[in-house]
Amino acid sequence: MIATLPVLPPDPVQWAWGLVLFWLALGFSALPLQRSPRALGRLVFPAGALGALGIAGVGMAGMVLPASTAILPIGLPDLPFHLRLDALSAFFMVLLGGAAFGVSVYASGYFRSMAPGPLALLALWYHLFLAGMVTVLLADDAYAFMVAWEVMALSSYFLVTTDHKIPAIRSAGFLYLLIAHVGAVALLLAFGVLHGGHGDYTFDAMRLAQTPPFWASVAFLLALFGFGAKAGLVPMHVWLPEAHPAAPSPVSALMSGVMLKTAIYGLLRVSFDLLDVQVAWWGTLALALGLVTALYGVIFAAVQSDMKRLLAWSSIENIGIIVAAFGLTLIFATDGKGALAALTLTALLYHALNHAFFKGLLFIGTGSVLHATGVRHMGHLGGLMRFMPWTAWLVLIGALAIAGLPPLNGFVSEWLLLQAFLLTPGLTQPYLNMVIPVAAATVALAAALAAYVMVKFFGVVFLGQPRDPALLEAHEAGWPERLGMLWLAAGCVLLGLFPALVIGWLAPVVQLLTGETLVNDASWLLLAPVSSERASYAPLIFFAVVLTVLLLTILWVRRVYHGRVRRSAPWDCGYPEQDARMQDSAEGFGQPIRQIFEVFMKVERETPDPFSRTPRYRGASLDKLWFLLYEPIARVAGWLSDQAARLQHGRIQWYLIYSFATLIVLLVFTR
Amino acid sequence: MQAGILLQLAQTLLAILLAPLLMGWVNQCRAWLQGRSAPPITQPYRTLRKLFHKDAVIAHTASPLFRFAPYMIFACMALAAGIVPTLANDLPFSPAADVIALVGIFALARVFLALAAMDIGTSFGTLGARREMLVSFLAEPALLMVFFTASLISQSTELPVIVDTLAHQEFAIYPSLAFAAVAFWMISVAENARIPVDNPATHLELTMIHEAMILEYSARHLALIEWAVALKLFTYSALGIALFLPWGIAGQGELGMLPLALVAMAGKLLLGGAVLAFLETVSAKVRLFRAPEFLGTAFLLAVLGMLIHFLLEV
Amino acid sequence: MTLTYHLQIVNLLAALLLLISFAMLSQRRIAGLITLFAWQGAALAASTLLVAWSTGQHHLYYSAAITLVLKVIAMPWYFFHIVRKLDVDRDVEPMINIPTTMLIGIVLVIFAFNLALPISELSGTVMRSTLGIALATVLLAFLMMITRRKAIPQVIGFLAMENGLFFAATSTSYGMPLVVELGVALDVMVAVFVLSIFFFQIRETFDSLDLKHMEKLKEK
Repeated sequence: MIATLPVLPPDPVQWAWGLVLFWLALGFSALPLQRSPRALGRLVFPAGALGALGIAGVGMAGMVLPASTAILPIGLPDLPFHLRLDALSAFFMVLLGGAAFGVSVYASGYFRSMAPGPLALLALWYHLFLAGMVTVLLADDAYAFMVAWEVMALSSYFLVTTDHKIPAIRSAGFLYLLIAHVGAVALLLAFGVLHGGHGDYTFDAMRLAQTPPFWASVAFLLALFGFGAKAGLVPMHVWLPEAHPAAPSPVSALMSGVMLKTAIYGLLRVSFDLLDVQVAWWGTLALALGLVTALYGVIFAAVQSDMKRLLAWSSIENIGIIVAAFGLTLIFATDGKGALAALTLTALLYHALNHAFFKGLLFIGTGSVLHATGVRHMGHLGGLMRFMPWTAWLVLIGALAIAGLPPLNGFVSEWLLLQAFLLTPGLTQPYLNMVIPVAAATVALAAALAAYVMVKFFGVVFLGQPRDPALLEAHEAGWPERLGMLWLAAGCVLLGLFPALVIGWLAPVVQLLTGETLVNDASWLLLAPVSSERASYAPLIFFAVVLTVLLLTILWVRRVYHGRVRRSAPWDCGYPEQDARMQDSAEGFGQPIRQIFEVFMKVERETPDPFSRTPRYRGASLDKLWFLLYEPIARVAGWLSDQAARLQHGRIQWYLIYSFATLIVLLVFTR
Repeated sequence: MQAGILLQLAQTLLAILLAPLLMGWVNQCRAWLQGRSAPPITQPYRTLRKLFHKDAVIAHTASPLFRFAPYMIFACMALAAGIVPTLANDLPFSPAADVIALVGIFALARVFLALAAMDIGTSFGTLGARREMLVSFLAEPALLMVFFTASLISQSTELPVIVDTLAHQEFAIYPSLAFAAVAFWMISVAENARIPVDNPATHLELTMIHEAMILEYSARHLALIEWAVALKLFTYSALGIALFLPWGIAGQGELGMLPLALVAMAGKLLLGGAVLAFLETVSAKVRLFRAPEFLGTAFLLAVLGMLIHFLLEV
Repeated sequence: MTLTYHLQIVNLLAALLLLISFAMLSQRRIAGLITLFAWQGAALAASTLLVAWSTGQHHLYYSAAITLVLKVIAMPWYFFHIVRKLDVDRDVEPMINIPTTMLIGIVLVIFAFNLALPISELSGTVMRSTLGIALATVLLAFLMMITRRKAIPQVIGFLAMENGLFFAATSTSYGMPLVVELGVALDVMVAVFVLSIFFFQIRETFDSLDLKHMEKLKEK
C-alpha cells in the first residue's frame, strides 16, 4: 500500500488515505496497549485527534486544489478501490476533521475511568469508525463506497453497544443495525440502477451514463430512502432516539455531528454529481419530507425528559432542515435558477457544518454531566451551573447556537435559508410559489421551537436548584474535556462571526454542484449574498454594538448609582417552604407542547395518589409512528417467519430435498 | 456618513430616553378609560430612579447568569431600537441586522430572560419561563411572516428599504398588509405582555407570564428590565408605524424633514398608545390555554398575508 | 402594480372579504359571528358600489343597495333578535380546534386559487385574481358550516356562501341581471325566515339549538 504513494508531492487524496491508514493502525495498536489504560487515554486518543486535524487540513487543501484520484490495489481481484477527492468530499472532510478533533481531545479525558479491556475495544471501533467515514467520503466507486459504508455502520453498531450488558442498549443497537441495513440495501439497488448494466461500478462511469428520467427517478428515490434511513428522515428516524442515547457521549457526538452528514454527502453526490438529469418533483418531495422531519423532530425534542434523547430528536430536526434546503436547491436547480440554487446550497452546507459543531458540543457536554452525576434523566438534575461552570457556559454557547440566535453560527445558516425562501417569487411554477410561503413558515416555526427546546434543556439541567441531594457532589470536567468543548464552542462562535469568509470558502463546492457561486456583495464584514440593497447581516458589528451597550450600561449603573448587593432567600411571591421539587420538571416544561401536538404522540402517564407520602410522577410521550408503522411491519415479518418456520423439521433429508428442488427450479428457469 | 452616524446615535438615544414616556402615556390612557385617576405621565421615570437607588437583593442560589441577564436584555433592546427607523431612514447601523436579525435580537433577549427566570429555581420562575416560551414559539415565526410579507413587497429584508418602498415610492394599496397588520397587532400584544394574553398589572399565579419571570429581580436589575420592557413596547410601536403607517419618516438625506418627522412620530405614537390602551380596556384576558390558539391564529393570518401577496400582487 | 386605484381598492376589499371569512372561522361567539357577517356584507356592498361606479353599470347600484339593506342591516338585526329571544349567545366549542380549522382554510385558499387560475386567465377582465378569493370565500363558508354544531352559525355560513357567489358575479362578469339578483335576494330572505321557524321548532323540541340532537332522528 505504501508503494502506491508517490514520493513527492503527494496528492491530497493520498494524504487522506495515509491518514485513514494511520487511524486504522492506531485502532489496532489499542489492542496490545490494553494493559495500560493510561496510555490509551494519553496516547491513542490524542494521536487520533491529531489525525483528525490532519484530515481537516487535507480537506482545506482539497477545497482549493483540483480533484485528485487514486486507485488502491486492495479489494477483489480486478475490482480495486477507486478514491477521489474533490471539493465536495473535501468540505465534508473538514467538517469531519473539525468536529472529530474536539471530540477526540474530549475522549482522551472522558474514558479514563473505563475498564481497560472494553476501553481498548472501544478505541479500536472508534478509530475504525472515523476511518470508515473518511473512506465513504473518498470512495469513487460503488464497491468501495458500500464497503466503507458497512465499516462505518458496523463499527458504530459496536460503539453503540459498548454497554452491551444492559438489555435496552442491546435492543437499541439491534434496531440501529436493522434500519442501517435496510437503508444499505436500498443504496445497493440505487447504485445498481445508476450503473445501468454497463458492468462498471466506478462513479466515473455513472457520471457518463445517460440515465432515462424514469430510471433516474427510481435511483433518486432509492437513494433518498437509503440515505434518509441513515440520516434519520421521518419515517425512518426511529433508530436515532434509541441509538444515540445508548452510545457513550463522544460517540453520540460523532454519530450525530458527523455520521448523519455522510448521508447528506451521499444525497448530494448521487443527485447532483452521479445523476445527469434532475426532475422537478424530486425537490418538492425532499422539501416536504424535510419540513415534516424538522417539525416532527423538534416537537418530540420538546417533550423528552432524557437529555441525550432530547438532543437526538433535535438532530432529527436539524437533518430535516438540511433536507428541506436540499429540496429547495433541487427546485431552484431544475427551474434554471442557478444563482438561487447556489444560495440554498450554501445554506445547506453551512448548516451541516454548524450542526457538526454545536451538536458535538452539546453531546459531549451531556457526557460531562453524566460523568459528574451519573444521571441522564433531567428530572434528577438541576443547578449544575454552580458546580460545573466551565461545562455550563460552554454548553450555553452551543445551546444558544442551536436555538438559532444571533450572533452565533446557527443563526447564519437559518438566515441564509430564509433568504432563499424569500427569493422564490422568481420561480416559474405558480403552484410552488403558493406552497413555499407555507414552507418558510414551517422552517420559522421549527426554529422557534428549537429555542423552546434549548431553554428547557439548559434551564432544567444547569439552572435552578439541584433536584437530587447527590448533585451537590458533582465535579467539574477535567482539562482534556474542557479543551474539547472549548474547541467546538470556539467553532460555533467563529462560524457565527465571520460568515462572509466562510461563504467565500464554500464557493468551490457550490461551484462544483450548481455551476454558479454565491457572490458576496460586500466586504468581509458584511454578509450580503444577493445584494446589499436586498439583505445584509453583519454579525461582528452586531456583536460589537451589543457588547458596547452592555459595557456602557454596566459602567453607567456602577458610576452613577452603586453596586451594592444583599443576598437572601428567594422571594417567590412570599410562598414559604420552597424546595427543589416545586420547580418545573422536564415533563412539566414540555407539557404545553405535548398538549398542543398530542395527535402525534401516544402519552403514557402515571400520576401519584393524592395522599401519597412520596409522590412520583412518570410521563412519557411516545412516537405514534412506531405503533402505526413499525409494529404492524414487525407483526407481518413475525407472521411470515412463523410461516417459514414450518419448513423446519430437523431432518437433514428434508433440507436436502429443499436444496434439490431449488436447484431443479433454477435449472428449468435458466434453461 | 458622519451625519448619518450622528443621526443614528441621536435616534437610538432618543428611543431609549423616550421609551418610558410612551409607557407612561399608555398607562395614563388606560387609567382614564377605566375611570381611574391617572398617574402622571412621568411615573415610569420616577419608578426607574427609585429602583436604581435601592440595594439589590439577590437569592443565595443565583448564578452569575442571573446578574448578567438584565444587562444583556437591555443591550439587545437598545440595538433593536437602533435598527428600526423612527425619525429618519438613513441608518448606518441597519445593514448590520435586517428584519430576520431583528427577530433574532428579540429572541436572544427573551431566551436570556427565560433562562434567568429558571436560574433561581422557584416554582413561579420556571412557570413564567415555560409560559413565555409557549407564547414566543408561535409569536416569533408569526412576526417573521409579517416581515416576510413586507419584504416580498419591497424585495428586501432591510427595514430602511422597506420603509422607502412603502412611503416614498408611488402610492399603492397592498391587501396583504391588511392581514399582516392584524397579525402584527396580535403579536405585539402577546410579545409585550398585554391583555388579552398577559396582564402587566397583576401578580396572579393563574395568569401571569412576564411578571412571573422577573419576580426575583430587584433594584437596578429590575430597573433595567423594566426599562427594556418599555423600550420593547417603543420598538414594536415604531415597527408597526414603519410597516403600516410609514408616511412622514424622513428619507435618505432629507435632513430638513426631521422636525416634521419628529412631530409626525410623536403624533403617531400618542395615537398608537391610546389605541393600545383602548383595545386593552375593551378586551378580556383569555385563559392561558387559549393563548396558543390566539397566537396560532396570528401565525396563520401572517402566513395568509404572504399568500395573498402571491395571489393578488404579483 | 399597474392597476388603477379603484381596482386596487376592490382588491383590498376582496382581501378584507377573505380576512372576514377567516375571522368567522375563528369566532366562537354567535354575536361576534353576526357582527362579522354584517361587516362582510358591508365590504361586499362597498366593492359592488365601486365596480358599479367604475364600469358605469347602473343595475349594480341597485345590487349594492339591496346588499346593504338586506345583509348589513336587516338580517343581522333579525339574527340579533333571535339570539336575544332564544338566549343562545354562549362560547361554543367548534368540532375541530380553531388553528386546525384555519390550517385547512389555508389549504382551501391555495386550492381555490389554483382552480380559478385557468378560468381567470380565460376571462381576461381586469379583476382576474378576485375570482379565486370569491371561490375561497365560498369554500371557507362551507367549512364553517361543517365545523359548527349550532344551528345559527350554520345559517350564517350558508349566507356567507351566498356572499362569495355574489362577489364572484360582480367582480368577474359585472354582476348578474337585476331580475336574477332580485330573485336570489328574495330566495335568501325566504330561506332565512323558514330557517328561523325551524330554529324555534328545534328549540321547542330539544330545548337546545345543538344540532347533535338531530342525530336521534335517524332510523334505527
